[in-house]
Amino acid sequence: MTDEADHDPALVRVLAADGTFDPSPEAERYLPMIEAITDAELETFYRDMVTVRAFDRQATNLQRQGQLALWPPSFGQEAAQVGSARAARPQDHLFPSYREHVVCTIRGVDPIDIIRLMRGLTHGGWDPTDPKNGNAHIYTLVLGSQTLHATGYGMGMVLDGRTGTGDPERDEAVIVYYGDGASSQGDVHEAMVFANSYNTPQVFFLQNNHWAISVPVSTQSRVPLVRRAAGYGMPSVRVDGNDVLASYAVSRLALDEARSGQGPRAIEALTYRMGAHTTSDDPTKYRTSDEEAFWAQRDPIARMRRYLEGRGAAGAFFDDVDAAAAAYADDVRVRTNELGGLDPAGMFAHVYTDPHPLVEQQRQWLADYEASFEEGRA
Amino acid sequence: MSVDTMPFSRALNAGMRRAMQSDDHVLMMGEDIGRLGGVFRVTEGLQAEFGDRRVLDTPLAESGIVGTAIGLAMAGFRPVCEIQFDGFVFPAFDQITTQLAKLTNRHEGRMPFPVVIRIPYGGHIGAVEHHQESPEAYFTHTAGLRVVSPSTPNDAYWMIQDAIASPDPIVFLEPKSRYWAKGEVDLAARALPLHASRVVRRGTDVTLVGHGAMVTVLLQAAALAESEGISCEVVDVRSLSPVDYGPIVDSVRRTGRMVYGQEAPGFTSLGSEIAATVTEQAFFSLEAPVLRVSGFDVPFPAAKLEGAYLPDADRILEAVDRALAY
Repeated sequence: MTDEADHDPALVRVLAADGTFDPSPEAERYLPMIEAITDAELETFYRDMVTVRAFDRQATNLQRQGQLALWPPSFGQEAAQVGSARAARPQDHLFPSYREHVVCTIRGVDPIDIIRLMRGLTHGGWDPTDPKNGNAHIYTLVLGSQTLHATGYGMGMVLDGRTGTGDPERDEAVIVYYGDGASSQGDVHEAMVFANSYNTPQVFFLQNNHWAISVPVSTQSRVPLVRRAAGYGMPSVRVDGNDVLASYAVSRLALDEARSGQGPRAIEALTYRMGAHTTSDDPTKYRTSDEEAFWAQRDPIARMRRYLEGRGAAGAFFDDVDAAAAAYADDVRVRTNELGGLDPAGMFAHVYTDPHPLVEQQRQWLADYEASFEEGRA
Repeated sequence: MSVDTMPFSRALNAGMRRAMQSDDHVLMMGEDIGRLGGVFRVTEGLQAEFGDRRVLDTPLAESGIVGTAIGLAMAGFRPVCEIQFDGFVFPAFDQITTQLAKLTNRHEGRMPFPVVIRIPYGGHIGAVEHHQESPEAYFTHTAGLRVVSPSTPNDAYWMIQDAIASPDPIVFLEPKSRYWAKGEVDLAARALPLHASRVVRRGTDVTLVGHGAMVTVLLQAAALAESEGISCEVVDVRSLSPVDYGPIVDSVRRTGRMVYGQEAPGFTSLGSEIAATVTEQAFFSLEAPVLRVSGFDVPFPAAKLEGAYLPDADRILEAVDRALAY
C-alpha cells in the first residue's frame, strides 16, 4: 500500500523524499512552472506549512483540554493543501471538505472561525462572500456533497460568462477538495458527470491520505483513484501530495486549463494523514507504526526545509518561521479562551430568510420560558 | 381580460414563463424538461423560448440536479429543479435535507438559497411502482425547507411564481392527477400569499381539511354530504410548511368537528401534525376528536389497487359520520 508513494511511475514529483531536486519523468512538463517560482514564494510555501502545523497542533491540544468538540488534524497533508491553494488565483472559488485548514487560512479565513466551528459555536463560521475570505466556502461534513456545489458554482460561472473568455486575469475557476473515502460517494461521481457535461472550469482535488477513518484506500478502489477521471472524459494527474512544489505546479496548470475553457481536471494528491482522522479516532487500532514511520520519512515540511537549506537558506529564516508559527498558535489559544457563549435565541436565527411563524413562535416561547425563571428569583 | 381558463399544467407553465421573463437568473433544470417539455409537458416550450442555457436537460442524476442547483444558487441563480416523479426524489434527499435545508442557517443568513424543487406527487393516475407516492412528511419534518402544494390552476400560476421569488428553498409538490384539470386563472392579481390556507367551501357542521389532489375529493364529499343535509366546510392547506392555522382553527371553532384527508400514509403525517395542533388550539370547541382519513401504512400498492388505497369521498363521509356521532 505504501510502495506507491515511491514506485508509482506516473507520479509527478519534483523533490525527492530527502529534499533533493530530482524531478520524476512525469514532472518534466511542469518544470518551467517550477522554475518560475520566486524565492519569496518558496519561503511562503514553507511558512504556510509550518504555520498550519503549529495551528493544527494547538487545535488538537485545545480539543484534548476540552476547548473544542472535535478536531480534524491536517498534520501531514500540508504540502497538498498549500500547493493547491497557492496555485489558485484570487478570483477562483475554493470548496473545502473539513480538513483544509491551511487552504482556507491562505485565502484569508481567520483560523478562529475554524475553531468556532469545531468548538460548537457555529455550523459555518465565515462568510464566503466577504472579500476578506478570498472566496473560500465553508466546510462540508457530509462527504462529497461539496463537489456538486462546486460544480453548480462552476456552471454558474459558465452561464454568466465569468470564465473561458481568454482573459486569464479575469477568468474564474473552482477547486473542490475531497478525500479518498469521499471518492466512493455517489455525489462525487455525479459531480464529475455534470462537470464534464457542462464543461465547468473546475479542478477536482482529491487528497488521498490513505485512510477513511479506519478503512484503507484499498477498500475504496481497486485501481489508483486518479484513473477514475478518464471514465468521465477528464484529464487527470497523480501528484506527490507531500511535495509542495509538485502540488503547486499540477494545481496551477489544471486551474489555468480549466479557467481557459478546457473543462474540468482531476488531481489525486498522494499524501498521508499522520494524525488521527479526528480527535475521536485512535489510529493505533488499524495501522502499523512501520507505515507511519514510512510516511514520517516523507514529511512535507522536512522535505521542503532540506530543499531550502540546499539552496542556501539561512538558519535565521527557519528560526523566524518557527517563532512566527508559535506566536500564531499562541494567538489562537488566547483567542479561543476569549470566545464567549451563545445566546440560545441564536438557534432560531437564519433558519429561513423570510420570517417563519413556527420558528418565531418557538423563539418567543423559549424567551418567555427563560424569563419565567428570572421572575421566580425576583 | 386578465382571467383565462387553462389546465393546471399550463398554469404552471405560464407562471414559470413569467418568472423567467422577469429575472434572467431563473433557471429550469431536470430530466427531459427541455426538448420534450417534461414527461407531463409542464415545461413545454420554455427551452424553445429561453434557450438551453436557461432550461437545462440534465444528466439523469437527482442528487446531481439538486446539488448543482445549490451551487448555482451560491453563484446568484434561482434554479427550479424538476424531479420527474415523487418516488424518485430520494436519491436527492441527502442534498435537499442535509444541504439545501441547512445552508441558509450554516451561512448565518449571508447567502440566500432560492431553490425550488418541483415534484409531481400522488396517485389517481394508475401508474406503476414509485410513480404515485406522497413524500411530503419527509420534507415538512425538515427545518429550513418550505413545502407548498397548489390544488387549482390559479394557485399553480401564482404559487410557482411566489416560490421562485422566495429567498428560501421550497419543495413544490404538484398533484399530478390535477395537471389536466381546467380552471380560471387571474393573470393580474394573486388571490392569497404563498403561505396562506384558504376556505374553499363554507359549511357549519364539519370542517374538512386537506391538501393537493385531496381537496377535490373533500369538495366531492362535501357536495354528497349536503344532499344528506350535512353542511361541510372545506379548507385547502396550500402551504404544508409553514401551515397557516388561522382559517383551519377558526373553522373548527365554528363547526366543532374536523376531518383531515390525505393520500399519504397516516402515521407521523401532515394530517397528524395538523390534528394535534388543532386539538391544542381549539380543544374547548371540539365536539369530537379530530379524525384522519389517510392512505394506509403500507407501500403504495400496485395501481389496480389504488382505488382501495386512496381515500375517496365515501371514506371521507364515513369519517364525517363518525365525527357527528360523538
